Amino acid sequence: MSSVQIRDVRKSFGNFEVLHGVTVPIEDGQFVVLVGPSGCGKSTLLRMLAGLENITSGTISIGDRVVNNVQPKERDIAMVFQNYALYPHMTVADNMGFSLKLRNAGADEINKRVKRAAEILALSPLLDRYPRQLSGGQRQRVAMGRAIVRDPQVFLFDEPLSNLDAKLRVAMRTEIKELHQRLKTTTVYVTHDQIEAMTMADKIVVMHDGIVEQMGTPLELYDKPDNQFVAGFIGSPAMNFLKGHVRVNGVATFEGPNGVKLPLKTAPAASDGRPAVYGVRPEHFTIADDGAEAEIIVVEPTGSETQVFAKIGGEQVVAVFRERHQFNPGDKVRLKPDPSLVHLFDEATGKRLNA
Amino acid sequence: MADVAIPRAKPHMSEDSAWTQLKHNRNWLGFWFMVPAMAFLIFFLAYPLGLGIWLSFTDTRIGRVGHFVATENYEWLWDDSIFWLSVFNTLLYTFVASALKFAIGLYLALLLNENMPFKAMLRAMVLIPFIVPTVLSALAFWWIFDSQFSIISWSLRHLGIINQNINFLGDTTWARICVIFANIWRGVPFVAITLLAGLQTVSPSLYEAATLDGATRWQNFRFITYPLLTPIIAVVMTFSVLFTFTDFQLIWAMTRGGPVNATHLMATLSYQRAIIAGQLGEGAAISSAMIPFLLAAIMVSWFGLQRRKWQQGENND
Repeated sequence: MSSVQIRDVRKSFGNFEVLHGVTVPIEDGQFVVLVGPSGCGKSTLLRMLAGLENITSGTISIGDRVVNNVQPKERDIAMVFQNYALYPHMTVADNMGFSLKLRNAGADEINKRVKRAAEILALSPLLDRYPRQLSGGQRQRVAMGRAIVRDPQVFLFDEPLSNLDAKLRVAMRTEIKELHQRLKTTTVYVTHDQIEAMTMADKIVVMHDGIVEQMGTPLELYDKPDNQFVAGFIGSPAMNFLKGHVRVNGVATFEGPNGVKLPLKTAPAASDGRPAVYGVRPEHFTIADDGAEAEIIVVEPTGSETQVFAKIGGEQVVAVFRERHQFNPGDKVRLKPDPSLVHLFDEATGKRLNA
Repeated sequence: MADVAIPRAKPHMSEDSAWTQLKHNRNWLGFWFMVPAMAFLIFFLAYPLGLGIWLSFTDTRIGRVGHFVATENYEWLWDDSIFWLSVFNTLLYTFVASALKFAIGLYLALLLNENMPFKAMLRAMVLIPFIVPTVLSALAFWWIFDSQFSIISWSLRHLGIINQNINFLGDTTWARICVIFANIWRGVPFVAITLLAGLQTVSPSLYEAATLDGATRWQNFRFITYPLLTPIIAVVMTFSVLFTFTDFQLIWAMTRGGPVNATHLMATLSYQRAIIAGQLGEGAAISSAMIPFLLAAIMVSWFGLQRRKWQQGENND
């Protein structure tokens, strides 16, 4: 196990820069998730960490050692690929033992370590099978087994769950997290799925267009997104954004689309009259007499909660209620955002305005 | 969905006529689709093969219907040293040419699979020997290996390495080397391009995974590329061996089997005896004698081609 330091790393393909100076400190034993939309550079960063891509500038160190010019196999890392990259002509046992075989480990040693990894992952009955004879979830576990066998300093996961069906994905998510709690190996995990990021990470790094938008624990990112991008990316259903102006005369309020008044707890005095974006999570709406008037468009019950699509001042918003209301399309209701939980962003820069 | 009443079609009581059944029965329909291919195979493959084998048991000559002579032609061949020389030549030619074609083809394929400038153009260029008609390239080689005007002899003489022309096609050893060389030149593109196609089916992430597992480039080839390529190698080499074993054009255009039968292959000898000398029965016997060798080659690849366990589907264990 070791810490990983990514310092001001840049990556260019030809003249095209895809990473514009990324700095991510990773503590020993931490589970860090790099998350962002496709093309944000998260996979490239992971591959640079693995040594599969050159580092254009900046440094990456694993432990105390700068690994910029260290061969992948000398970096003591193991990677789980999106398509698993299992060797199709080798049995599960051979797949898992391949790295040990290349290091000229003895047959007993290989056997022992493969058996141990297989037990951890419940793969023992499948050791003699070939990858083709396995289900998606089993292949996924073999890929992890291949990583565990090596007992590396750092585990790298490149979107490992995206080829699984929804149900299996949830199960494997728990399994990977449990595995990390057990082995406590530093892990860097790349995904585009914010739910995976939220559920698994000790620390989330939200990336967008080659820069880090925000880093923090899942709940920090959820409760206090630094900017509109992070606010919109984290959370499902996504945060509602309403454009308008901040009014700070006596009581801070937000003047939304078509003059709708929305409550604010505080707003910096300097932001008076400023074009801004009002952000409120669907789960932070309540039905209240002093709420903003809204017209219901669609009601989607899921059992545990109900998603309600409605229009406030002509703009569509979504609200989520745990309690059951009798709503019908066309009904007029009053939706009130919880003023202590709303977010305010600068319209031009997207930066957070309220504390 | 299930509770929607679907009006049932009235069961068709009357038995269809035999002809209607032939037209609509799925099995018969399958048969009709098969007929054209079957007819083609019967008339152009099975019939000539059968006729050839039949002729080998007769004393047919051009212009004269033969009589059944049982194995007389084969008995003659058994004692014919030229026939045995041609068998030896064919085996030598096939073995040396195929082995070298495989080695060079694999090397070229690995090279062309790398990222390099002008990749597409280089790949296209590799195919050139394959595009040129065999007889044309044979004629070119004929000139290259000419006893008087050979460009090789000329160059070597001007470089001062030799002081008289090499008799490429007149010397038995040189002649064999020359025809094998020409065959390799023609056959390499097929092997190279097919193996290249095979190489491209290997997912790059396997190499990345192996690299992270600590494999060197040689180990990448030894443990990943080569085993994954074996099925395609088996196919390519079977074809290569079959084509080389039955080669006729190159030899006939370059040496006509000479000098002193040193480059006579079974195919050229068969042609010489059957068509030029008119002994159809004997020529057919030489051709038929190739069948066991070809079958052996096919058997080898059959077992080589058997889907390996790792290629088999999901539920086969």
